[in-house]
Amino acid sequence: MELKKNLAISDTGFVFDANSGESYSLNPIGLEILNYLKQGLKDDEIREKIMEKYDVDASTFDLVYFDFIRTLQQFDLFEKS
Amino acid sequence: MNKLPLTVAVSGLNNTDNPGPGIPFIRAAKESGRFELKIIGLAYENLEPGIYMRGMTDAVYKMPYPSEGKVAFLDRIRYINDKENIDVLIPNLDAELHTVMISEKELGELGIKTFLPTLKQFEERHKSELEKFGEKYGIKVPRSFPVSSVSDINRIPKDFDFPLMVKGKFYDAHIAYNKEQVISHFNKISAQWGVPVIVQEFIKGTEVNVIALGDGEGNTIGAVPMRKQYITDKGKAWGGITISDQNMIDLTRNLIAAVKWRGGMEMELIKTINGEYYLIEINPRLPAWLYLAVGAGQNLPEAMLLMALGEKVPPYTSYDIGKMFVRYSYDMMVDLDDFQKISMNGEI
Amino acid sequence: MKLPFERPLIKKINAGMPSKFGLKPTIKPIEKVDGIVVGDLLEKYGSPLFVISEQTIRETYREAKQAFETRYPKVQFAWSYKTNYMNAVCKIFHQEGSWAEVVSGMEYDKALHNGVKGSQIIFNGPSKSREDLVKAIENDSLIHIDHFDELFLILEIAQSSDKKPKVAIRVNMDTGIYPKWDRFGFNYENGEAWEALNRIMLSEKLELVGLHTHIGTYIMTAEAYRIAAAKLADLAYNVERKFKHNIRYIDLGGGFASKNTLKGAYHTGIDTTPTFEEYAEAISGALISSNLNPEKLPVLILETGRALIDDAGYILGTVIANKRLSDGRRSLIVDVGVNMLFTSFWYEHEIYPAKGETQFTEETTIYGPLCMNIDVLRAAIDFPVLKSGDNFVIKRVGAYNMTQWMQFIHNRPAIVLIDEKGESHLIREHETLETIMHHERLPEHLSNI
Repeated sequence: MELKKNLAISDTGFVFDANSGESYSLNPIGLEILNYLKQGLKDDEIREKIMEKYDVDASTFDLVYFDFIRTLQQFDLFEKS
Repeated sequence: MNKLPLTVAVSGLNNTDNPGPGIPFIRAAKESGRFELKIIGLAYENLEPGIYMRGMTDAVYKMPYPSEGKVAFLDRIRYINDKENIDVLIPNLDAELHTVMISEKELGELGIKTFLPTLKQFEERHKSELEKFGEKYGIKVPRSFPVSSVSDINRIPKDFDFPLMVKGKFYDAHIAYNKEQVISHFNKISAQWGVPVIVQEFIKGTEVNVIALGDGEGNTIGAVPMRKQYITDKGKAWGGITISDQNMIDLTRNLIAAVKWRGGMEMELIKTINGEYYLIEINPRLPAWLYLAVGAGQNLPEAMLLMALGEKVPPYTSYDIGKMFVRYSYDMMVDLDDFQKISMNGEI
Repeated sequence: MKLPFERPLIKKINAGMPSKFGLKPTIKPIEKVDGIVVGDLLEKYGSPLFVISEQTIRETYREAKQAFETRYPKVQFAWSYKTNYMNAVCKIFHQEGSWAEVVSGMEYDKALHNGVKGSQIIFNGPSKSREDLVKAIENDSLIHIDHFDELFLILEIAQSSDKKPKVAIRVNMDTGIYPKWDRFGFNYENGEAWEALNRIMLSEKLELVGLHTHIGTYIMTAEAYRIAAAKLADLAYNVERKFKHNIRYIDLGGGFASKNTLKGAYHTGIDTTPTFEEYAEAISGALISSNLNPEKLPVLILETGRALIDDAGYILGTVIANKRLSDGRRSLIVDVGVNMLFTSFWYEHEIYPAKGETQFTEETTIYGPLCMNIDVLRAAIDFPVLKSGDNFVIKRVGAYNMTQWMQFIHNRPAIVLIDEKGESHLIREHETLETIMHHERLPEHLSNI
């Protein structure tokens, strides 16, 4: 899955979807993950990067990560494949 | 004359089609010429127009809703005060007045002054208490009935004839021509403003309003009566004109003297065909149309700020009759960056 | 050293509604109850768990007592059993000097069991059986008559008793509040109360000791009590004039609000609930400025329950699961249900995580564990994201929950009291299957399946 191209992500965690006109706010880890997604990283790579930096095990991460992805889908932030 | 340096925090920047008094208050204070002003805007919502109006505020901070309680309110005020050093706080929204009043002691300790009615004055003029208030002070008021649930609607006294007014505790008023409409208005209003919702007899006549300021010792510092010329579907004046009506002025002066009202107020009255005045509502603050009074010669925000600072202010004794205002809307261009700042950081 | 992990979050910025991002967190965790870590309590006694703070009970009681005693010469509290009749709780109030106020034969027996003297039990309520009344008369208890049928029954019992029953009447009245309670007692405005008093005095078989009212529940304005006290004082004065008889006490009942926020209220209970001082000022002001003889002022009895115990009670629980609803809203399933937290039907209960301060919250619906659609603790609360197994604390649940709870689907949890030294004591065990089946009987022909 690929993030929408015209998504403007600012360092403060503010996201503007130029396509829908909606704006969003992210917490710091949410911002980090969204940036990885924008760079095109795969789920496994993102997990690895987050686990390297933060104190979290793989199953906990997966649980919240896929919930986060589902929320992004709900907000329609991925390109339609 | 030397200008007095003054930092004033003002809320009610919602200059929408249902405007708060914040922006007109700031405009009046700036035009007074008595102060060297720094204006701190206090906003609740990201799109309050006042946040984006250049030249109106020097900084804007977002506030927690009054429903979050006094502790959250004071936490935020302390944070803002540390940065801005507030001299006077002017709350302009009905819903926040209670919270500010019960915080007066803590605000005082922070060196922040207010000029508000006492909690007792505030409580006894509540819409649900208006009948008792009228009785106590000898003013005619329409009968009203508090409704806390849909089943209460069945208990509205039989001799209340339709149409009826259905009013929220703080805001919102709708006319209902039958019971179904009462129920639908009740549901809508209670969802936003809680209970009780007030069902009031409808009085036929002309709606007239008075803006006034009391000094807390029984003196009326200013009073200007106005007739709404055009009313929006939200019941707000879109155009109005000052009128010469000694009865209304006397009514206001007597009330302020009897209650020893402190602070701004707006009285909403209905003048019937027989020339009787019914008090519909007392708003415990200056109304959004306060600039009409300034235009007519009474700068009540200036007087209010001076009284908050402890000065004795001579009363205004006259105003221009036939002064008129027409409200207009204007599409202001906003920088997305400002929107980002207020929504992400809660301050600009 | 790795950084602490926080769940990734994204929230839509609504044009109208401000996001709470950027503002300081409004939810701080409650990590301990009276010095004991929440997780430790749950580990020791199981989850969920009611916890009662003895210190809070005693402090609140003393605060209320002081508010009244500094304004009125003779004050007596009577603990309202139905609010919380755990023996441990009742005993704390009795140690502090409270009498007992009961509304059933069961509660009456409980008060006797707790060592309360018969003459210090107030027997209220619309349902007292003949046996209840005989017992109460025998023990010199204070019987508050609710209706004429009860009055006649007591008169009949008095015929054959060597004791003179000590009675008061309950009076209902208009105090300017809504709803007006008129189902209990005799009405003041229509003269019914005065008629009942005349019948009692003229019968000469009963000793009229008091006057009682209980104007409603969760009364947010102290002024209503001023009116109630003035009306009772007026009745007492009329009795004094007509019968040369001094009423010994005036009982203003209960109804003081606690600091919980009622559903539908805009401001929080903390900001709007009157203080004990305000209630005391209204009541004592009315009594002192009444026509009553200042030499023989009646004792002021108060039966306030909720305001004395609500703050002392907590329920601790555990998150079972996180769940997204079909429209993307977040929901949380927890092990505390409405069956044990009855008050969640009318309060917006304050719920706090047991640890972790964060400013990142999401609007969340909190569901209880019952397989029932009505099991909702909070329909919409800005809440930090907790994960399965995390603990939370619900504040101000001391009143009515431990008496109105029901055994339904799950067993009822244990109740723990933390004493003033910070030691925890089990005061009611967690129920088991045995508890539920103990009273069941199985007909013989159903024994085999």
